[in-house]
Amino acid sequence: MSLQWLILISSLLYLGLLFGIAYLGERQTQRGKSLVNNPYVYSLSLAVFCTAWTYYGSVGQAARQGVPFLTTYLGPTLMAPLWWIVLRKIIRICKVQRITTLADFLSARYGNNISLGVLVTLVCILGILPYISIQLKAIGASVDILLTHSGQKSTLVTWTNDPALFITIALAGFTILFGTRQVDVTKRHEGMVTAIAFESLFKLLAFLAVGAYITFIGFNGFSDIFSQAQAVPHLRELFTLSPSQYADWFWLTLVSLLAIFLLPRQFQVAVKENVNERHLLRATWLFPLYLLLINLFVLPIALGGNLLFPEQSVDADTYVLAIPQYFGKDVLTVVAFLGGLSAATSMIIVSTIALSTMVNNNLLVPIWLSGKSIRELKRERINRALFNSRRLTIIGILLLAYLYFKFVSGQFSLVSIGITSFVAVAQLAPCLLGGIFWKGGTYQGALSGLLIGFTVWFYTLVIPTIVQAELLPSHLLEQGLLGISALRPESLFGLTVFSPLSQAIFWSLLLNTISYIGVSLFATVSVSERKQAELFVDVFQYSPSTLSPLEGAKVVLTADIEELLAKFLGRSGTRTLMKNFYQQYRTKPQREADYRLVSYAERLLAGVIGSSSANVMVMSVVRKDDLLLEDLFRVLDESQQLVYANQKLKQKSRELEQLSQQLKQANRELQKLDYLKDEFISTVTHELRTPITSIRAFCEILQDSPELSPEEQEQFLSTIIKETDRMERLINQVLDLEKFESGTQQLHLQLVDINQVIQEAITTVSQLVKEKDISLQVNLSPTLPMVSADPDRLIQVILNLLSNAIKFCNSSNGYIRISSYLVEGVVKVNVLDNGKGIPAESQEMIFEGFFQAHNQTTKKPVGSGLGLTISRKIIEHHRGKLWVESEPEQGSKFSFTLPAPPIGRKLSY
Amino acid sequence: MKKILLVDDEPNILLSLDFLMKKNGFEVFIARDGEEAIAIAQREKPAIVILDIMMPKVDGYEVCQYLKSQSDLSHTHVIFLSAKSKESDVQRGYDMGADLYVTKPFSTRNLVKQVKELA
Repeated sequence: MSLQWLILISSLLYLGLLFGIAYLGERQTQRGKSLVNNPYVYSLSLAVFCTAWTYYGSVGQAARQGVPFLTTYLGPTLMAPLWWIVLRKIIRICKVQRITTLADFLSARYGNNISLGVLVTLVCILGILPYISIQLKAIGASVDILLTHSGQKSTLVTWTNDPALFITIALAGFTILFGTRQVDVTKRHEGMVTAIAFESLFKLLAFLAVGAYITFIGFNGFSDIFSQAQAVPHLRELFTLSPSQYADWFWLTLVSLLAIFLLPRQFQVAVKENVNERHLLRATWLFPLYLLLINLFVLPIALGGNLLFPEQSVDADTYVLAIPQYFGKDVLTVVAFLGGLSAATSMIIVSTIALSTMVNNNLLVPIWLSGKSIRELKRERINRALFNSRRLTIIGILLLAYLYFKFVSGQFSLVSIGITSFVAVAQLAPCLLGGIFWKGGTYQGALSGLLIGFTVWFYTLVIPTIVQAELLPSHLLEQGLLGISALRPESLFGLTVFSPLSQAIFWSLLLNTISYIGVSLFATVSVSERKQAELFVDVFQYSPSTLSPLEGAKVVLTADIEELLAKFLGRSGTRTLMKNFYQQYRTKPQREADYRLVSYAERLLAGVIGSSSANVMVMSVVRKDDLLLEDLFRVLDESQQLVYANQKLKQKSRELEQLSQQLKQANRELQKLDYLKDEFISTVTHELRTPITSIRAFCEILQDSPELSPEEQEQFLSTIIKETDRMERLINQVLDLEKFESGTQQLHLQLVDINQVIQEAITTVSQLVKEKDISLQVNLSPTLPMVSADPDRLIQVILNLLSNAIKFCNSSNGYIRISSYLVEGVVKVNVLDNGKGIPAESQEMIFEGFFQAHNQTTKKPVGSGLGLTISRKIIEHHRGKLWVESEPEQGSKFSFTLPAPPIGRKLSY
Repeated sequence: MKKILLVDDEPNILLSLDFLMKKNGFEVFIARDGEEAIAIAQREKPAIVILDIMMPKVDGYEVCQYLKSQSDLSHTHVIFLSAKSKESDVQRGYDMGADLYVTKPFSTRNLVKQVKELA
C-alpha cells in the first residue's frame, strides 16, 4: 500500500476513533456513569497544553537552541503547587457565577463590563488564531514531509495536496457535534473531554515510542547519543546553558507559568470542564509528571536528528517523523504522524470551543441584543439563533485559522508563534490575578492595563514578524518608529540587555501591571464592581444564597423574570427551574421578585448568553429609576452583615449547645441528688419501722398476756427499751448528718491528746471485745502533738471504726489493731481488722450511707448504716481525711488523718 | 398441732412472733435467713410460713418462689411480713402466690386472727 493511502486511512480511522470515544463519553454521562469524573481523565485533559508545538516544535527548538525549550514546561510545573490556591478559586468563582470563559470571567469581575469582555475576546482571538493555524501547519507539514521523503509527492489524490483543509473540515464537524450540544454552555462537554484525554494519552505514548526507538534502536541509548553529540562542537552547546540565556529562561518560564491557566483552552479544560475541585489535588502532581514524560526524549531526538541529518537537510521541526522514516519504519512513522495529529487536533478542538463561546457571549450576543426589546424575542428563534451563531463561529474561527495558515504562518516556526500566543494571553494575568486577590482592581485599570500590554505585545512581537514578511519597511526595526531609536520594537526604550522576546515580555507585562494598579488606585469604583470584587475575592466566604444581590432594584415582577427565562430556556424548563428556586430557598411565589430570584435568573441566563449579556437582560426588566445609590450600598452591606451575622449566629448556637449540655448535666446531677434524697428518706423510714415493729408487738403482747411470767415481762420490757434506744440513735444520727450537710454543725474545737481519746474509746468497747474473744492490739506513738479537735466528735469516729471492726472481724479468732503516729505533718490513726475485707468497687460506697441496706436484701447486723458517713463528715470538718484500704479476705484498714499544728504550737503546750 | 415457720433476721421480731404463735397452739420453727427457711420448709413441710423479705443470702421473694415451685410445698400458706410498704412491693408479693401481705409495724391481734383463719 502506498504511504499516502496508509496515512489517509489511518487518519480516517483515528478521527473515527475520536468521534467514537467522544460519543461513548456522552453516552456514559447520560447513563450517569461519567468517565470524566475522575482525577486521571482531568489531568490528561489538562495535557491539551501539549500541542504540535510540544510534539514537533520542542524537538525543533532543542535542535536549534538546546535546553531552553524546557521553559515551556518548567512554568506549568512551578505553577502546579499553586493550583490549589489560584485555580481552585477561579473554579469556585466560575461555578458559583456560572462563568464559562476567560472573557466572561473578567467582564463579570469588573462589574459585567461589556467593553472589557470584548477586549479580552479580541486579545484571545488575535493571540490564539495564529496558534491554531500553526497546528494546521504542523499537520500539513507532517503529511508533506512524509510524502516528499518517500518520493510520492506527485499524486492524483487531491486531498494530500491540502491535508490541512481536510482536517479542518473534520474538526469543524467534531467541534460542532460535541461542542454545541446544549444551549446552556455551563453544561460540561464530557464527550469532548473524554476524547481529549484519549488524545493526550495517545500523543504521549506515540512520542515515547518514537523517542525510545531512536534512543535505543537508532542509537545505543542515551549515552551513545550524548557522547556522539559531545564530539560535535555546535551540538555540545545545545545542552549547556550560557549566561546570556538566563533572562530568556526567566521570562519564558514566567510566561508559560501564566499560560497554563490563561490560555483559553486551558481555562476550558481546567476550569469550565472541571467536575470536582478535588481533582486538582491529583492533577498537581500528575500533570507535571506528564510534562516530564513527554520531554524525556526531546533532547535525544533533537541531537539524533542533528547527527543523522547534518547540514540541516531536514527541518528540525519534523525530526519526529523524519527519523523513523529514515530508518524505514513505516508503522512507527504512521504512529508518529498520528501522535502529531492528536496533539494538533486536541488543541484545535478545545481552543475553538473556548473561542467560539467567547465570541458568542462577548461579541455577538451583546451586539445582537442591543437595541432589541426583550418582548420582541421569541424563544424558538433565540435557541435556533444561538445554536447557529455558535456553529457559524466555530466554522469561522477554523476558516480564519486555515486562511492564516495558508497565507501568513508558513514562514514562522511552531515555537515562535506559540510563544507569541503565550505572551498575548499573559497580558490577562494582572487583571485576572488582581481580580481574584485584590478588591481594589477596577475596570478602568483592567481596561487600560490590557490595552497597553496588548499594544506593547503587538508592537514588539507582531510588528517585527510583519516586517519580516516584508509588509512593512525594515527601517522600522532598525531605526524605530518615526526614526526614534527608543521606539525600536526589538529593544523598546533602549533595552538591549534582553533578547527581543524577553524585552517584549518584560515591557508588556510591566506596563500592563503598572497601569492596571495605577489606574485602579485612582479610579472611582462602581457599585456593581464593588459587589463583584467582594464576591470574587471572598468567594469562599459567601454561600451561594448571599451571592449577587440585585442592587436596590425595588420592583421586579416575578412574571417578568419568568417571561425572560422562558425566552431563553423554554416554558417547561422555566417552570422546573422556578420550582427548584422555591424549594432551594424555601420561599413561595410572590408578585414581586426578591433579589435572590433576580440573581438566580441572572446566573441561569449567564450560562446561555454570558454574564454581561445576562446582566443587561435582567436589568432590562428592572425599573431602572428605582436604582438608588444608597440602596446599592445598603444591599451590599446587608450581604456582608449577613455573612458576619451568620458567623455570629453559628458561634452563639455553639455556645447555646454547650450551655444546654451543661444544663442537661446539671439536671442529671440534680435528678441523681433528688433520687438519693428520696432513697435516703425511704431508707430512714424503713430503718425506723423495724424497732417500731418490735416495740408495738411487745407492747400488745404485754397488754394481751396477763399470764406472762415476771421473767418474760422483764425480757419483753427490756427489749422495748433497747429498740427505743435504737430508734433514738438513728434519729440522732440522721439529724447529725443533716447538720453536717447543711453546714450548721458546730465543732467545739480544743487541743486534744488523740491517744487519750483512743484510750477512752477502747475502754468503752472493752467489754464487747472481751465477750467476742477478740485480740485487740494497741500501738500508740508517745510523741504525738496535740491536735485541734472536738473531742466528743473524735471519740464518735473512733468508736464507730472500732465497733465496725468488732462487728466485721473474723468471728472465730478476731484480731483488731489500733495505732496512731505522726507522718508528714499529720496525725494518722489506723484501725485494722482481720475480717472479710471490702471489695474494691464497694470501698467508696460504704461511705454513702445505708450501704448495707441497699446492697442486699439483707439487713446489716447492727447499727444505723450512717456511722461511716457521719465519721467521714466529722473528719472532713476537721480538715482531715478518712478512707479505707482493703482486699477481700485480707481484712480492712480504716485510716484517718488530722492536721497537726505547727511545731511552735506543740512546744507551747 | 399445725406447723408454722417464722422467717426473719431481726431477733426481736422473731421473739415476739415465737411467743404469739406458741401461745396460739402452733408448733413453731424459726429461720434467720432464706437459705435456712428453705431447708426447714423441706424438712418440716409447715402449713404456714411467715416470711420477711429483706434477709441475708436468699430473700423472702425467692423463698416464696421456691415454695410455690415445689409440688409438695406449693400448698403452703405464705404470709409476707415486711417493712417494704410500697404498692409495687405488695403487688409483687401477691403475684408470687402469697396469701397475705402484712406491713411492719403490724397489729399482733390481726395477725394472729389471720393466721388462725388460714390454718
